[in-house]
This record gives sequence, C-alpha cells and structure tokens, in this order.
Amino acid sequence: MFGDYSIGELGSIFVMQGFAGLILFSVYVLMALGLAIIFGQMGVINMAHGEFMILGAYVTWMTSNLFQSYLPGLFSGYFFLAMMLAFLASGALGMLVEWGLIRHLYKRPLDTLLATWGLSLILQQAYRSVFGAREVGVELPQWMLGSLKVTDSIEVPINGIFVMGLTVSITCAVAYVIYKSRWGRQVRAVVQNRIMAGAVGINTEKVDRYTFGLGCGIAGVAGSAFTMIGSTGPTSGQLYIVDTFLVVVFGGAASLLGTIASAFSISQTQSTLEFFTSGSMAKVLTLLAVVGILMLRPQGLFALKVRK
Amino acid sequence: MIITSRFFNRSELIGFVALALVLVVILPLSLDVFRLNLVAKYLTYAFVAIGLVLCWGYGGILSLGQGVFFGLGGYCMAMFLKLEASSVENTKIQSTPGIPDFMDWNQITALPLFWQPFHSLTFTVLAIILVPGLFALIIGTAMFKRRVGGTYFAIITQAVAAILTILIVGQQGYTGGINGMTDLRTLKGWDIRPDHAKIILYFFEVFLLFGCIFIAQFIRLTKLGRILVAMREQEDRVRFSGYSVANFKIFAFCMAAIFAAIGGAMFALNVGFMSPSFVGIVPSIEMVIYTAVGGRMSIFGAVWGALLVNFAKTGLSESFPQLWLFGLGALFIAVVLAFPNGLSGIWADYVQPRIDRLLALRKSKSGSPWAGNSVADGAPAE
Repeated sequence: MFGDYSIGELGSIFVMQGFAGLILFSVYVLMALGLAIIFGQMGVINMAHGEFMILGAYVTWMTSNLFQSYLPGLFSGYFFLAMMLAFLASGALGMLVEWGLIRHLYKRPLDTLLATWGLSLILQQAYRSVFGAREVGVELPQWMLGSLKVTDSIEVPINGIFVMGLTVSITCAVAYVIYKSRWGRQVRAVVQNRIMAGAVGINTEKVDRYTFGLGCGIAGVAGSAFTMIGSTGPTSGQLYIVDTFLVVVFGGAASLLGTIASAFSISQTQSTLEFFTSGSMAKVLTLLAVVGILMLRPQGLFALKVRK
Repeated sequence: MIITSRFFNRSELIGFVALALVLVVILPLSLDVFRLNLVAKYLTYAFVAIGLVLCWGYGGILSLGQGVFFGLGGYCMAMFLKLEASSVENTKIQSTPGIPDFMDWNQITALPLFWQPFHSLTFTVLAIILVPGLFALIIGTAMFKRRVGGTYFAIITQAVAAILTILIVGQQGYTGGINGMTDLRTLKGWDIRPDHAKIILYFFEVFLLFGCIFIAQFIRLTKLGRILVAMREQEDRVRFSGYSVANFKIFAFCMAAIFAAIGGAMFALNVGFMSPSFVGIVPSIEMVIYTAVGGRMSIFGAVWGALLVNFAKTGLSESFPQLWLFGLGALFIAVVLAFPNGLSGIWADYVQPRIDRLLALRKSKSGSPWAGNSVADGAPAE
C-alpha cells in the first residue's frame, strides 16, 4: 500500500488528501450543524434536510445569474448576498414546514422521518419541474479560482480555503447563538425540560419554530457553499443525507463539539482511504467503521447527559 | 381484549377470504400473463410489508434497511439461477467458460469461493433463510443488547443499506455491479421464462405468502405478540416485569428479515433478475410506506398496501411521470398526518361499523337481537 512512495511523497499525499478531506469536512459540518440543531435539540429527524440545502444552492445559482446579467460590476461580491438569501429562503421554508407539518408530529419521532421523506420527494420533483433535471454549476468570481502553492509538491485551491473559513465563522456564530445569547438559553431550556420551560414563560412553540428555521437556514448556507465545489442537481441533497445523519449520530446528538469532531474524523478517514483504495471501498470502510463504533458506543463520541 | 380461541376472528376471516379470492381467483382470471407477473412482482414486496407489520407495527422497531434483507434473499436466489444459466455449454464463447458472464467481463478466471456452494439448490434455499436471518441477528444483537432503539436504529439500518449498495455496485466482478445479475433462465432445468412457468410461480408465491400470513398471525395471537405490543407502548415496564426486551426485539427483527428475504428470492424468480436498485435506501423506505399505507397494525392491510401503492406507481408513472413523485410524497405526508393506521384503520373506523350495524339490523329484523361487537382489526390505541 505505501511501498511505492517515498517518505516525502507520502507526506505530500497526506497533506493534499488531508486538505481535500478538510473541504469535505466543511460541507459535512455545515450540513450537520443544521441537522444537529434540529435532531439534537428537537428530536426531529429531518430527511428533507438535503433538499433545504439544495434550495440554498439553487438560490445561489439564481443570484449569480442575476448578477451576471444585470450587475456584472459587482459580480465578485455576489456570493455574500447569495449566502444571505439562501439562509433566508431555506429558513423561511423551514418555518413554514414546521408550522404545517412538524409541529403535529413532535410526539411521534419515527413518523417525522416518514413525513419529511415525503416532503423531500415533493421538493425534489418541484426542483426538477422548475430548474430542470440537469445539474447546474455556478460560475465562480475570478478571485476564487486558482490555487495557492505552498511548497513544490503541495497546492491548495482557494475556493476550498474560502469554504473552510466560512465554515469556521458559521460554526462560531452558531455556538455563540446557542450558548451565549438569550434565545439560545431558551432553546436549551426547552430541550432540557419542555414543561418547565413553558411554565416559566418561554413560548415553546415559537422557540421550536425558530430553531427549525435556523437549522434549515444553515442548511441553505451549506448549499450555498456547496455550489463552489460541486454542481447542483435535484437529487444532490439525497446523496449526503445519510452521511450527514451518521455524522450527527456519531458525534452524539445535541453536542456541537461532537458534531465537529465526528465530521472531522469521518471526512479525514474517507479522503485518506480514497487515495489508497477505490472511492467506493473508502466509503464502505468509513461507514463500516462508523457503524461498528456506534455499536460499541451507541451514545456517540460526546454524549450530553440529560435526565429522561 | 380477549384472545379468541379461533385462529381468525370474524372480521379477520372476512379479510382473509377476500384476499384469497382476489389473489387466487379474480386476478389470475382477469389479468393477462404480463400483468399477472407484475402482480407477482408487487406481492414480493408484500412479504416485506408483513415483516414490517410484526417488527414496526407490533414491536415498534422501525427498520429502514429492509431492502438489505430483500436484496440478500434475492441475490442468494439469483446466484443459484445465474450459475445454472452459466453452464459450460451456455458460455462457450467466454474466455473462461462455466463462470457467470459478468465475471468474465471483469477478468476473473475462476469461480470465487463463496459462489461454490450455490451450485446446490438445498444450500441456496437454506441460505435464503439463514444469511439474512443471521445478518439480522448480528445487527439486532449489537443494537438491542445495548439498548439502541428508535430513531438511532432507523438511521443505522439506513447506513447498512447504503453500505451494502455501495459494496455490491463496487465489487462488480463478484456481484454484477450496478446491472445486477441478469439473464436468469432455468431452475433445476425447468425454464422460468415462458408464460405457463410465470403462472405456476405466481401461485407458488401466493402459497408462500399465505404461509407467511399464517406465521405472522400465529405470532400475533400468542403471548409473544402481546409482549411485542407491550414493549412498543411501555418498554421499561416490560423490562421491569422480567422480560428480556432485547431478545424479543431481536426475534421480531429477524422474522421481518426472513420474510423480506423470501420476498427477495421470489422477486429473483418471478422477475428474472436482481440488481442493487432494490437494496438501497430509497427502496427500503418505499417498503415502509407500503406498510404505512396498508396499516402498520394489519397483516392483510400490508398486503393490500403493497399491491395498491405499486399499482398506483405503475399507473401514474406510465401516464404522468411528473406527477408520480408528488403523489408519493403527498401520500407519505397524508398517511402519517391523517391516517396513522392506514387503510386498515380507515376500514376499522368507518367501513366495519357500518357493516356491523347493517348486519345487526338484519339480524334483529329476522328475530334474533344480536349486537355487532366484533373487535376491530387489532386497532391500536396510539
């Protein structure tokens, strides 16, 4: 396996594959953050999460097209506006879905899984009808193209660095909102004891709605970031949903740190293995390892102790 | 609720007779062989749906990986049929005669070791039951002994489905890859492709289906079935009463896996091929929806659910391919939100009372004051 490469080459391979893994890690973290908020805090399994992400991706695509035709001078900065629009669109749809569908099913978590799967089918078909079945790609502004040469054998792409920076800042923002803000305190209070939280005057229904909206909104931002490293099709979201769920479950639901740690270990394992075996075997081995570890440690890497 | 001493109570007997009439008499008489073969294909999903009634409806364990067991059963059967179809005379043109064509395309020159035993039909039939059963036993033991349940279990079974699909697609030389195993011809020298064979296979499948219905009904009526329901409603109380909750869950999960595997094997026989597109996450969730539509608490409902959803799917996707996904999605949401007990729930809530009232009315007219007090079809108190 390692025999054909010299030590120096192996080092470069690990750095480059490690960096490729870091980009995968960023997408996983962005998707898993929203899912961890929704699943960890509310116990709802949102199978349509990938479709919320794809909505963000399509919004980004539309914004970039708009800028290209009407505001070509500002094209280099379109991405920041697109990201905000993606957040708002996915968040608004999320709140609508919570109001129309999810709130009736809080007592039946397994049924939310089926209902949101139905929702994801409807959304997929809607995307196919509106945007067409073909995958669309976003044109990147000039400054995001190209790559940074670190040493002779190591190169890192700029859009990857940008996605990673974005991931770090969004993660920090979410951590701040959940752990420091007044609203985050309310969310955590509702998670720990819904009845008591209601008794001390927290509007639990409103907290639920905004939590779901926030989770979906972050998925939208993830979709926005996704456009920079891959093309978007109606079913792109479904490809990631199981991986993302495993990230959340592996990290331990309701633990932000666990989600990040598990996204990191899963993505790094996968991209490093990918170089040495085929892509499909890398995926199989990674998933098997995750399932195996989950069998030994069902509560995940970082478990939050909550009284039932 | 009193357990009736009879095997079926009155309304179940009606359900059984109705189903038997439709499957054995009406459908074979009214459909041509092509459509009957389609029904046979749909009925293979009914096996899975019956297993899910036991495991999900009664035991409360939602498995989103039934496609794995359906696939394992189907692949076991397909391996036997494929070996028979790749005899030395049939495969003379290959560079290595006597091995399946896809192995030859992938530069494999000898039959792999795990293919060898599938020359024997006895072994194959045993493998169809045992391989998925043991696999379910391992997953179930690892999960339930550690008290992993509910949503976590659902997600992990889904991951298993994903793993198996990627593995089958990736290991093309050993499994036939994304195309699966095609061109299955004979079973012990008996051609499975002509029309009369399709009809015989259909009746054989219906026979097996009724066997599975009887087994499921038997489990439901014994104390085992009661414990499964108790476990679903209040797991802790059952555990504190001294029952090993994990073992009952493992049992229900294994039964569901074996039923699914029988369905898969019949699929390979009836349809004549097996591919990874029946293993993955999407087909697995569709199998759950058959059960949900039919009624997760009703064995007969599950069969109807599998038939009706598939008829609707074929009909809609033939004439309005755009609408089909909208319809399926809406069906999911409607069933979950409005009719958690599916068709059988609608039957038990709206149709059955009217029939009872009508019968009671006629009986009282003819002189015997008899009130319809039949127990609804095991409708749960959700």
